[in-house]
Amino acid sequence: MLYREAGDFKTSYVDDSQTFPIAFDRYRYWAVLAVAFLVIPFVIDDYWANAVFVPFLIYAIAAIGLNILVGYCGQVSLGTGGFMAVGAYACYKLMTAFPDVSIVIHVVLAGGITAAVGALFGLPSLRIKGFYLAVATLAAQFFLVWLFNKVSWFYNYSASGQISAPERSVLGIAVTGAQVAPWAQYMICLVFCTISAIIARNLTRGSTGRKWMAIRDMDIAAEIIGVNPLRAKLSAFAVSSFFVGISGALFFAVYLGAVEVGEAFGIQKSFLVLFMIIIGGLGSIFGSFAGAAFMVLLPVALKVVGVDWLGFPTDTVAHFQLVIVGALIMIFLIAEPHGLAQLWRLAKEKLRLWPFPY
Amino acid sequence: MKDSVEPYVTADGRTIGDRMMEMRNITLRFGGVVAIKDISFDIREGEIRAIIGPNGAGKSSMLNVISGFYHPQEGEVWFRGEKRPAMKPYQVAQQGVARTFQNIALFNGMSVLDNVMTGRLRQMKTGLWSQMIWKGPAEREEVENREAVEKIIDFLEIQAIRKTPVGRLPYGLKKRVELARALAAEPDLLLLDEPMAGMNVEEKEDMSRFILDVNDEFGTTIALIEHDMGVVMDLSDRVVVMDYGRKIGDGTPDEVRNNPDVIDAYLGVDHD
Ligand SMILES: Nc1ncnc2c1ncn2[C@@H]1O[C@H](COP(=O)(O)OP(=O)(O)OP(=O)(O)O)[C@@H](O)[C@H]1O
Ligand SMILES: [Mg+2]
Repeated sequence: MLYREAGDFKTSYVDDSQTFPIAFDRYRYWAVLAVAFLVIPFVIDDYWANAVFVPFLIYAIAAIGLNILVGYCGQVSLGTGGFMAVGAYACYKLMTAFPDVSIVIHVVLAGGITAAVGALFGLPSLRIKGFYLAVATLAAQFFLVWLFNKVSWFYNYSASGQISAPERSVLGIAVTGAQVAPWAQYMICLVFCTISAIIARNLTRGSTGRKWMAIRDMDIAAEIIGVNPLRAKLSAFAVSSFFVGISGALFFAVYLGAVEVGEAFGIQKSFLVLFMIIIGGLGSIFGSFAGAAFMVLLPVALKVVGVDWLGFPTDTVAHFQLVIVGALIMIFLIAEPHGLAQLWRLAKEKLRLWPFPY
Repeated sequence: MKDSVEPYVTADGRTIGDRMMEMRNITLRFGGVVAIKDISFDIREGEIRAIIGPNGAGKSSMLNVISGFYHPQEGEVWFRGEKRPAMKPYQVAQQGVARTFQNIALFNGMSVLDNVMTGRLRQMKTGLWSQMIWKGPAEREEVENREAVEKIIDFLEIQAIRKTPVGRLPYGLKKRVELARALAAEPDLLLLDEPMAGMNVEEKEDMSRFILDVNDEFGTTIALIEHDMGVVMDLSDRVVVMDYGRKIGDGTPDEVRNNPDVIDAYLGVDHD
C-alpha cells in the first residue's frame, strides 16, 4: 500500500516536476545513496571493486554521456571508445605535466577537453543524419585510436607505447597507482558518477533537454518553433563527450592504471556502451545505470554459473555471452526501444494500480 | 516599429490599422515548378487573415516563406516596417512568429506538457550552466513558464492529458496540442496551416472558437489556411485567394466570394 500517489498531493509545480514524484521512490533513492556511500565502502574487497563496482560506476558515466547524445538528442555515435581515449590521454598528459594539481581537477579538465573534441567531431551532424553520421563517428573512433598510437607525444615517448597512471591522492588517500585501496577506487568513481547523474538529470528535465528531444523527434519542426539546431546538436555532443571523457579518464587512471589505446578504447568499447543504453533504455538516466549494471554483471554471473558451478570451458561461456547480448539487443530494438527502464516503469505502473487495474 | 497604412473596419466593427507583415512580389520555384508567382499581400496587426485556394495552389509554401523555411528566389518580406534579411526559421520564431503544421509535427517521444513547454523557448533564456545546477535561476524559470503553460492548457481544455505521451493521442487532440505549443510562445503572429482538416463538425466548432478567442483575448494576429469555406467566411477579416501559385483575389470575405476569378477557380472553369 506504500506505492501510491493518493494522499501525496502536489501543491506546487516544483513538487510536480521533481525527479521522483512518488514518495516511496524518493525514499528508495535516498536508501540507495546511503548504502552506496555509507555501507559499500566499508565492506568492499578487491574482487568486488575490480569485477563489479568500479567498472559499473565508470561505465554508468559513459552510458549517461552516450544516452544524452543518442537517447535524448537522437544523434547516433560509434565513437565512444575514441572519446574515452581522449579523456584518458588528456588526463595522463595533465597528470604528468602538472603533478601538483589535484587529480580531481585533472579528471574534470579531461572531461572539458573531450567535450571540445566531441563538439568538433559533432560538426558533421549539422549536415548528415542517421547511418551517415554513424559512419562519420566511426571514422572519428579509428582516427583517434590511430592518433594516440602514432603521435608519441601523447604517451610521453614511453618505449612501450602505453600510458600508466602515476600515484595520486585525494585528501591524503591514494586513488591511483599501485598502492590504491579498493574502497578508495570505489569512492572516487562513486562521487564522479553521482555528480554526473545529477547534472545529466538537471539538464534533461529543463529546456535544454526539451531542445535535444525536439531535435530527436522532429528536427525540422524543432527549428521552426525556435530551436537553434547548431547549438542544440553541438551542446549535446559536448555534454555527452564531457561525461564520456570523464569515464575514460577514470577508466585509465583509477581502474586499469596502465593503458594501451587500441586494447582499452577500441571499437568494442563503443559498441559495449551503445549496447548498455539500448538494453538499459534510450532517453533515460536510470536506463544508463541499468544497462551498465547488466553488461558488467552478465559476464561475472555467467562465469560464476557456467564455469564455476556447471564446469563449462571458459570460451564456451564467452560465446554464450555473445549470443545472449546479441539476442537481447535484437529483442529490445524491436520490441522495447526504451529498454529495461521502460519494463521497470511498466511494472511500477501496474503496482500503482494494483490490485484494481481499472 | 510601425508601418502605417489606410485602416479598414471589419465586419464585426473593429478597426484594423498598421501592417505587421508584408510580402512584396514573392516568387518561389522548386526546380521547374513555380510554387508562388509574384505574389504581394499584407497582414495587419490584430487581424485574422485567411489564405485559401485549391490543392497545390502554393498556400503552405507561402507560410513556409513567412516562417523562413523556404527562401523565395525573388521578392521581399517586410516585418514591422523593416525589410527582413534572409533568416533561419528559428530566428523567425524568436521574432514572435509561431505556427502549426498541415501534417501534425508534434514531438512524439515527449508528453503533452513537454511539447507545450517546448513552445516557450523564446521565453526561456537560462544557460547550460544554470541548467546543470538547476536550483536557482533554472528552476525558477521552469516554474514561471510552467504557470504560463498551465494557463494555455486550461484555455484549450487539455488538462486531463497533460502527462500523456502525444503519440497516444487521437488526431483531433493532437491538433489541439499543436495549437497549444504554438500559443505557448505568446506569438505576435500565429500561422495555422489547415487547423481543422480532418475534423468533425463539433471539433471544428471548438477549434473555431479557440481561434476567435485567441485573436480576441490575446490580440494575436493570425494567418490561417483553410479549405472549409464556411469556416473561412466566419473567422476571417480578409482573405487572399491563390490558384496555381498566383494571387487571384484579395479582400473581405464578401468581396472574395463575389470575385468572378475566384468563382471560376473553385468551380474549375477552364481559363484557356
Ligand atoms: N519542397 C518542395 N519541393 C518541390 N516541390 C514542392 C515543395 N513544396 C511544395 N512543392 C510544390 O509546390 C506546389 C505548391 O505546394 P503547396 O504545398 O504550397 O500547396 P498547398 O496550396 O498548400 O496545397 P494543399 O492544399 O494540398 O496543402 C505544389 O506543386 C508542390 O508540389
Ligand atoms: Mg498545404
